[in-house]
Amino acid sequence: MELVEAIILSVLAASTPLLIAATGELVTERSGVLNLGVEGMMIMGAACGLGGTWLTGSIIVGALCGMIAGMLLSLIFATMTLGLAVNQVATGLALTIFGIGLSGLIGAGFVGERIATAPHLHLPSPTDVPFGGRILFGQDGFVYLSLALIVAVRWFLYRTRAGLVLRACGDNHVSAHALGYPVLRIRLLATMFGGACAGLAGAYLPLAYTPFFIPGMTAGRGWIALALVVFASWLPGRLVIGAYLFGAVSILQLHAQGAGIGIPSQFMSALPYLATVIVLVALSRARSGGSTTPASLGTVFVPDR
Amino acid sequence: MQLVLEKRAEQSTAAALVSPLVAIAATLATMSLLLALLGKNPAAALIVYFVDPLTDGYSLQEIAVKATPLVMIAVGLALCYLANAWNIGAEGQFLIGAVAGSWIAVKTQGTDAGHWVLPAMLASAAIAGALYALIPAIGKVRFGASEILTSLMLVYVAELFLDYLVRGPWRDPAGFNFPTTAEFDPVATVPVLVEGGRLHLGAILALLAVAAAAVLLGRTLKGFEIRVVGAAPRAARFAGFDPDRAILVTFAVSGALAGLAGIIEVAGPIGHLQPGISPGYGFTAIIVAFLGRLNPVGILIAGLFLALTFIGGEQAQIAMKIPLDVTKVFQGILLFYVLACDSLILYRFRFISKSPGVLRGTG
Repeated sequence: MELVEAIILSVLAASTPLLIAATGELVTERSGVLNLGVEGMMIMGAACGLGGTWLTGSIIVGALCGMIAGMLLSLIFATMTLGLAVNQVATGLALTIFGIGLSGLIGAGFVGERIATAPHLHLPSPTDVPFGGRILFGQDGFVYLSLALIVAVRWFLYRTRAGLVLRACGDNHVSAHALGYPVLRIRLLATMFGGACAGLAGAYLPLAYTPFFIPGMTAGRGWIALALVVFASWLPGRLVIGAYLFGAVSILQLHAQGAGIGIPSQFMSALPYLATVIVLVALSRARSGGSTTPASLGTVFVPDR
Repeated sequence: MQLVLEKRAEQSTAAALVSPLVAIAATLATMSLLLALLGKNPAAALIVYFVDPLTDGYSLQEIAVKATPLVMIAVGLALCYLANAWNIGAEGQFLIGAVAGSWIAVKTQGTDAGHWVLPAMLASAAIAGALYALIPAIGKVRFGASEILTSLMLVYVAELFLDYLVRGPWRDPAGFNFPTTAEFDPVATVPVLVEGGRLHLGAILALLAVAAAAVLLGRTLKGFEIRVVGAAPRAARFAGFDPDRAILVTFAVSGALAGLAGIIEVAGPIGHLQPGISPGYGFTAIIVAFLGRLNPVGILIAGLFLALTFIGGEQAQIAMKIPLDVTKVFQGILLFYVLACDSLILYRFRFISKSPGVLRGTG
């Protein structure tokens, strides 16, 4: 049971950055914007998050630095795609290339520096309950935050007027515009929210997962977060299931490698990526056409005044 | 006051030619600022980056060697992007091509295999690259899976597969445990053009690819089909052009070119298979494709320019201790400006006052 508990704990930790980044991207995509720069915003969040904590000693300052970094990058993206009506796919790729380069420059100052990671919750009696106690009451704050975030986003999208307007922009920007809603401004806010979430998800890696920064430490997590949004059919509830499933795949392959089964480690490491491909193909087939996809996703909108 | 974009009725050729130059100028200005922030003399650094490599014969050859894979991959990617098919996994197709070609080189090593080895390597690399690219393409046309995400995921899979091979079955027994295959035999090596030089046959193949793509796009029905499918999907359907077929064809061609570039890099400048055979050629080629405005001849020029940034970046690291990441930042900023300038060709920017007078306008 000790081992099972340890595995569940590490699955939760591995899933959290995926969940946070995917939640932000879900809101962005629901407004009709496809920001492929998640990987770049995450790695910048990781570099700036570690920098913030290393300089001040505060995890919260680090997390904020990560969020601001992600948001600033998403502002570049918004300026290009919303302001100048540039192709969103190409701009997102540019954002990733730019973010990876810039994070290397910023992170160069902190490579090899270790920090104390975010403390885990400890409630004297509930946390010490054998198996289950640590899982429910012994996580770091980010884990609880990510779950609160997804509940809040779900409430916002389906229970508030603003959420309805945001979804309208994503499904038909011409109609939303005709009704008098400021489509570009709503998309700007949604894109910035996505950027902040990606930055926070990136900051999670050095602040709570591995206590240092290495260039390229996001290792494709931003892209997996993008795939998760598709996996979840743009529904917040399914995002949680998807994120934890993917976290489980990546942790279980690590344990399988550790257990020394006769499969080369590289094949096990490739599992999360292969799983993403297979899941994307299988799900797209099941949906046949993808009716839940925001209809205006990734299309340029130029208001005709 | 409000900024408004208006679609231009017609696009001017002059703007299309000038816009990449404006983008480069803006990038250089931004880079000067960044270099100054890093505490380096911007003027001196930019000379090391962009002028010094052009002044000696060795660097000029190196630029052509670096441009070879970039141009080859970017030509294929341009076909994809023109057809509105988003292959961003060229890096993976490059690696799989390198692996498939190396397979023949490794299996014939030390035998008296003749001159058929290199052509066989090139062919198998192209086929493997095309097949690897067809995975996301088929996922797209048969099942509707996003080709952007699947093609990118396969990059990581290809990296790990290559890593497994050179650490496991293909490792050179006499290689002191380094993860690399033995040096390829002379018959399995891409010949250099000038004795003692670095420029190799691959550069000629890259030029051929540029010429072939220029003819395909400018002179054939297939090329027209690709462009119509991308630019006007509805018109394409009326014309009887099948968008699915265009996706499959462009993905296969770009995968084949990326795979070919992979084996040429391994059997040419490197000489053996090892991890890290690509400093991100597959991703930089995306920038090359856009900087060249998806035009084969433009891509040739853009490829040489980005190769210059690689060589200049290495020299700046040695001469001025400027981190190599500056090159990546430079490439990212360049792509931003290129895309933004493209928008200037398509749209006219106007400031209008937000007064009610606007309502009276006929638009």
